[in-house]
Amino acid sequence: MTRYSIFSLARNALSHHERWPLAWRSPEPKPAYDVVIIGGGGHGLATAYYLAKEHGITNVAVLEKSWLGLGNTGRNTTIVRSNYMIEPNAHFYEHSLKLWEGLSQDLNYNVMFSQRGVINLAQSDAQVDAMQRRGNAMRLNGIDAVWLSRDQLKAMVPLLDCSDHPRYPILGALLQPRGGTARHDAVAWGYARAADARGVDIIQDCEVTGFRIDRGRVTAVETTKGLIAAGKIGVAVAGHSGHVMALAGLRLPIETHLLQAMVSEPVKPCFDTVISSGATHCYVSQSDKGELVFGGSLDGYNSYAQRGNFPAISHAATGLISLFPSFSRLKLMRTWGGVMDMTMDGSPIIGRTPIDGLYLDGGWCYGGFKATPGSGWVFAYTIARDRPHALNEAFSLDRFQRGFALDEKGMGPTTGLH
Amino acid sequence: MMLIPCPWCGERAQVEFAYGGDATVKRPADPASASDREWHDYVFVRDNPKGPLDELWYHAAGCRRYFRVRRDTVTHAILASTPLPEIT
Ligand SMILES: Cc1cc2nc3c(=O)[nH]c(=O)nc-3n(C[C@H](O)[C@H](O)[C@H](O)COP(=O)(O)OP(=O)(O)OC[C@H]3O[C@@H](n4cnc5c(N)ncnc54)[C@H](O)[C@@H]3O)c2cc1C
Ligand SMILES: [Zn+2]
Repeated sequence: MTRYSIFSLARNALSHHERWPLAWRSPEPKPAYDVVIIGGGGHGLATAYYLAKEHGITNVAVLEKSWLGLGNTGRNTTIVRSNYMIEPNAHFYEHSLKLWEGLSQDLNYNVMFSQRGVINLAQSDAQVDAMQRRGNAMRLNGIDAVWLSRDQLKAMVPLLDCSDHPRYPILGALLQPRGGTARHDAVAWGYARAADARGVDIIQDCEVTGFRIDRGRVTAVETTKGLIAAGKIGVAVAGHSGHVMALAGLRLPIETHLLQAMVSEPVKPCFDTVISSGATHCYVSQSDKGELVFGGSLDGYNSYAQRGNFPAISHAATGLISLFPSFSRLKLMRTWGGVMDMTMDGSPIIGRTPIDGLYLDGGWCYGGFKATPGSGWVFAYTIARDRPHALNEAFSLDRFQRGFALDEKGMGPTTGLH
Repeated sequence: MMLIPCPWCGERAQVEFAYGGDATVKRPADPASASDREWHDYVFVRDNPKGPLDELWYHAAGCRRYFRVRRDTVTHAILASTPLPEIT
């Protein structure tokens, strides 16, 4: 692997950038691997990378049915934060955030992690109470959280309507200064390149269509490129968790839902943080190209369609304009959708399954991008040691049966509400 | 926008409806004797099919009745829409 540096950049400039080596190989699958990871999104690729880096397991393949990052990794709005209240979530996401902080150096790939802060607006008295409580819980867990008054917020984000006029006037906000955004494709590509450099085979255009299970233990996967034997198999297919695990005969506490996002035409830099509003169901940041990247809530019905209906788009846009009236004349450039593996408690599932050698990393709902490094890190640990790390112990598949659901907002078992 | 055929009011825009989720989920017949496993499956576990799904919709801004729709979760095509059986 050629290290990316100022020197390799200069050297390649002399050859008109025509001689850069490919970032990763594209080998044909071998007949057998120690570990097969299903799903070439950020989570699958990160898992393969940490298996090689942290556990010395390099006879690994990542199987992706289309191409890297075409799933949610390349469709998400890239908000990274660790502003959770309940203990297991707080520690897990904070570990992930710490990995983000060193990720570009670790991977030798610029993931453009920008710690521009993440702001949650409080637009009712109840929200003020809930957010201050969450902020205090975060600080007790050693996570940065700052309460902003309306005046402080107005000074930070002058275009935000902080007057008394809106239907939901802004009363204050919770800021996590270390939160921010990153470049989504770069996360998939960076992990792919770094995993490949350590010997991992990345195999695109290879869909898993079945499992071979012998006396309660997985032995191989059936794929569109033939049978591939595996000592252990990790499933990281996000919105597809349900029907992929069904191939192994398992049913999950998951429903697949649709989430859309959109970008406006590019404009000059006009705000330098991430704003999200629970009251209006909208969140927004500005991309490096100047587009406003925003989205809202789920479309609200089970779907694998990766494209949604107009009401969700119109709802998010209405929310945005109530926060930033000056954006009302901007044109929308693009909208798109992705499919979310929504769990019954809104928290992910990372751990063993009732089938030996088969592990699941899923249930990421609409917040799995920020988890990418942490998820890969604990999932690699779980696969390598056949037991969870302390950081993902609470995210076990059987927690629902044992009565230990991790319901951050107390919503109850209705996937669409989390 | 999806057009959903209400068995009572006909085809209406999706915004008039609220989603009621998977219609195949069955509450344990004898709650007192159901095992933890059965309660767990009823409360939390779903088939989550990629393809046709039987689900409930509620015509919130219309006749305010629940009814059953068979809809493809990949294409969003609506395959059937039927009233719920009368509860006796
Ligand atoms: C519109 C939108 C906005 C979002 N915004 C945010 C955000 O701001 N912050 C945040 O943290 N999260 C966000 N998310 C959620 C986040 O994108 C996901 O939780 C996360 O990307 C899941 O990671 P992944 O690597 O597992 O998924 P994916 O990138 O979806 O990877 C799964 C891969 O598995 C492959 N696959 C599926 N079935 C098979 C098979 N049978 N064989 C082989 N391969 C298979 C798929 O092709 C896919 O590439 C958003 C999601 C969407 C859709
Ligand atoms: Zn009706």
